[in-house]
Amino acid sequence: MTNTKKDPVLVVLQLSGGNDGLNTVVPYTNPRYFDNRPNVRIPEDQVLPINGEIGFNPNMREMKDLYDQGKVAIIQGIGYPTPNRSHFRSMDIWHTCEPEKIAEEGWLGRAIRDIDPDKDNVLTGVNFGRGVPRALVAPGVPVASVGNLETYGVLTTIERENQRDEAIELFSRMYSPAMGRGQAVQYLSQTGMDALKGADILATAPAQYSSTVEYGGGSVAQYMRNIAQVHCAELGTRVFYTTAPYNSFDTHATQMQAHSMLWTDVSRTVNDFYQDLKEHDASDNVVMLVFTEFGRRVHDNGSGTDHGSGGAAFVIGDAVKGGLYGEYPSLDDDKLLEGDLHFNNDFRGLYSTLLEDWLGLEAQPIVNGNFEKLGFL
Amino acid sequence: MAGTDIALMAHLMRRAGFGASYEELERRAAVGYEATVEELLHPEDQPNLQMDVLLRHFVDWKQINGLETNQAHWTYRMVNSPRPLEEKICLFWHGIFCVGDSKCMNGRQILLQLNKFREHGLNKFPNLLLELASDPAMVYYLDNQMSHKDAINENWGRELLELFSMGVGMDGEPNYSEDDVKECARAFTGWTVGNAIPRYPFGRHEAMFLYNPHDHDQDEKTFLGETGHWNGEDIIEIIGQQKATARFIARHLYNFFVADEPQVPAWQDTPPRNVEAIKLLEEEYFRSGFEIRAMLRVLFNSDFFKNARFAKVKSPAEVVASTLKLTGEFTRPKPGLYEISQEIRYMGQDLLNPPTVEGWHTGTEWIDSGTLVERLNFAAAQVGDTNTPGVRSIIERLGAEGPSLSPDRLLEGCLELLGHYNLSDDTHSMILDLARQRGPVETGSDEFAERVAQMLQFIVSTQEYQFT
Repeated sequence: MTNTKKDPVLVVLQLSGGNDGLNTVVPYTNPRYFDNRPNVRIPEDQVLPINGEIGFNPNMREMKDLYDQGKVAIIQGIGYPTPNRSHFRSMDIWHTCEPEKIAEEGWLGRAIRDIDPDKDNVLTGVNFGRGVPRALVAPGVPVASVGNLETYGVLTTIERENQRDEAIELFSRMYSPAMGRGQAVQYLSQTGMDALKGADILATAPAQYSSTVEYGGGSVAQYMRNIAQVHCAELGTRVFYTTAPYNSFDTHATQMQAHSMLWTDVSRTVNDFYQDLKEHDASDNVVMLVFTEFGRRVHDNGSGTDHGSGGAAFVIGDAVKGGLYGEYPSLDDDKLLEGDLHFNNDFRGLYSTLLEDWLGLEAQPIVNGNFEKLGFL
Repeated sequence: MAGTDIALMAHLMRRAGFGASYEELERRAAVGYEATVEELLHPEDQPNLQMDVLLRHFVDWKQINGLETNQAHWTYRMVNSPRPLEEKICLFWHGIFCVGDSKCMNGRQILLQLNKFREHGLNKFPNLLLELASDPAMVYYLDNQMSHKDAINENWGRELLELFSMGVGMDGEPNYSEDDVKECARAFTGWTVGNAIPRYPFGRHEAMFLYNPHDHDQDEKTFLGETGHWNGEDIIEIIGQQKATARFIARHLYNFFVADEPQVPAWQDTPPRNVEAIKLLEEEYFRSGFEIRAMLRVLFNSDFFKNARFAKVKSPAEVVASTLKLTGEFTRPKPGLYEISQEIRYMGQDLLNPPTVEGWHTGTEWIDSGTLVERLNFAAAQVGDTNTPGVRSIIERLGAEGPSLSPDRLLEGCLELLGHYNLSDDTHSMILDLARQRGPVETGSDEFAERVAQMLQFIVSTQEYQFT
């Protein structure tokens, strides 16, 4: 029934701060879970069961529905050797695929370079949020980073519209590449024109879009709506990225309230996004990755949980073969690593699957090695 | 006072500090260039920031732990310290002697390291290296507490040579061998820390440097051709005397204070862009007994420095701090400092958390389409606010010139008051054409302030404004 093949698109939602995997996909029949979580626990009768051993957090009803429709792959026990419990460093490792040494190029920056080596489209990669996450950074790869789609653009901080128009008009003349100026100025000119061009194209997206789906008011919801808008406008973007509010999943204290609210938002947003794409007949070429930099300590600290390892990731989409991948890490004392879950599933295998079996790229040079792929596509 | 003196002073203050208001430039120009250089080179003679007042407003500055609080604190210092070069040299060393929050997870420990750069950053280089080698954050960042006499860890030993003092090579030749790296690492065995530095799993504690003689390799070592029972101090003394060290420091100073050089990894095979200038700095390094202050005195007073205006792409910290100095914002504590200091991060420079131990790449590598938009939009918003003291002062100064300003004078006046920026002929005529369409402006009119602010916005949107 599809006669024109649409290019595959990857959407990444980063949950910053370290999501508590144990209270997300809950081992609700394991007595060790309740032993370790005297305070920060999900009662058995509230869990949304997946099977006789694990189930979704009760605030993830929409994701459970998508799971039941076979559209969600749960990647269990994901991590990397010698876990690092620093937010920044661990996120760096996920971004650069280099657990051993500190690296600069991001995996998606490399992917964007491979997808569009001649930089034909300045919008091949688009980030929503302020500042470009290192995952998207690679030398010479243009990535638009959009803090607010409605106001995104060059010199949009000039308040009066007529003055802004005048300044942008001047800008486009000043930055037109001119001969006889230094290399640095030429580079600036080219970059300025790329930014202007990207902003001009992006600005067309909201006007083309209408939807019956009403997203929530939080920033993740709004950014996911922006991603839907840009995707539906068919601007050729292949990699979208956005981040849950800075470190919000870092639930050291009062986790039960905070974590419930976070997942209520994320679960609803993921579903709103999916339904929105469906409504626009634009879901079949989109796969979404939801990940976090680490899980949290098995034993709670009274009102929250501290930094741990071995979390869960989700891959969602029409093309995804739903189900459980990897193994749920053991909670037995002798299987823990310094009080944390032991990963059994290297995140670079997950990336390799997405890169090769979805985006059609060679994974090895992007993830710095060969890792076992998962069968979710 | 001649405009040329002020233009030169503006250049000096942009490079040796984070810029200055026009009023400050006039004051300094009256004192004279060389006297100002001397004053800048001796920050210890100037008062320090009065922290007791600030602590009433920013209570969390009393015990700074978090990365963002640290960044806000440093931004405030850049804008307000009466010792501009102290903050600039701190930024210089922070970009070379990288330690990152991502590994240390203990902002206070990095702040203490920055304080060492403030205190020792202009002194003799080997002394600074010694401070660095015994700095807990650095020991931990490069794993030297894991280096033992019977199992060396080469991380610190290698980076000390490669990134902190000599560089891999010069004039096409390597500066040291792999054996030198090992011998260097052996000499630093036993240089360790007390108390764990990272926050997890035991919480934050102030760490201290410890020397453990029982874990120090006492045997003979041959380092850069010299044999003895070297300890860390001996290694640093030998490093300090190397021609390669003089070259490495000279090139770094040139790249940071004078003009963009190729990135550090290219230095083994790429000669300096100004060989003579580097030679002068190298000679001064040895003549002065390895003193950074003496090298900078030569540098700031040289023609190659004075002529290198707008030869460097501003770093994000320079963009934000110099724009705030211009607008006169945040000269006193007030809400919004935290948010505005985050702009530096959005532009690609996460202070106290450099991307790698190599630090940030500089020059045009600061710029991509995402970071350029951040720079442009930030600067346009700041200078477009006619209520800030700095912009008000520009408006008043231009307003006092007469009942009416021609478009030509409006442009020239704004360029001067921003710090004597130069525009290319093309850019200049494009802005002037636009201004001429609007004609002269009455300085007493309602639209005057806005015309000035608009002109400032045009100027900060140029390619030229991205340079310092």
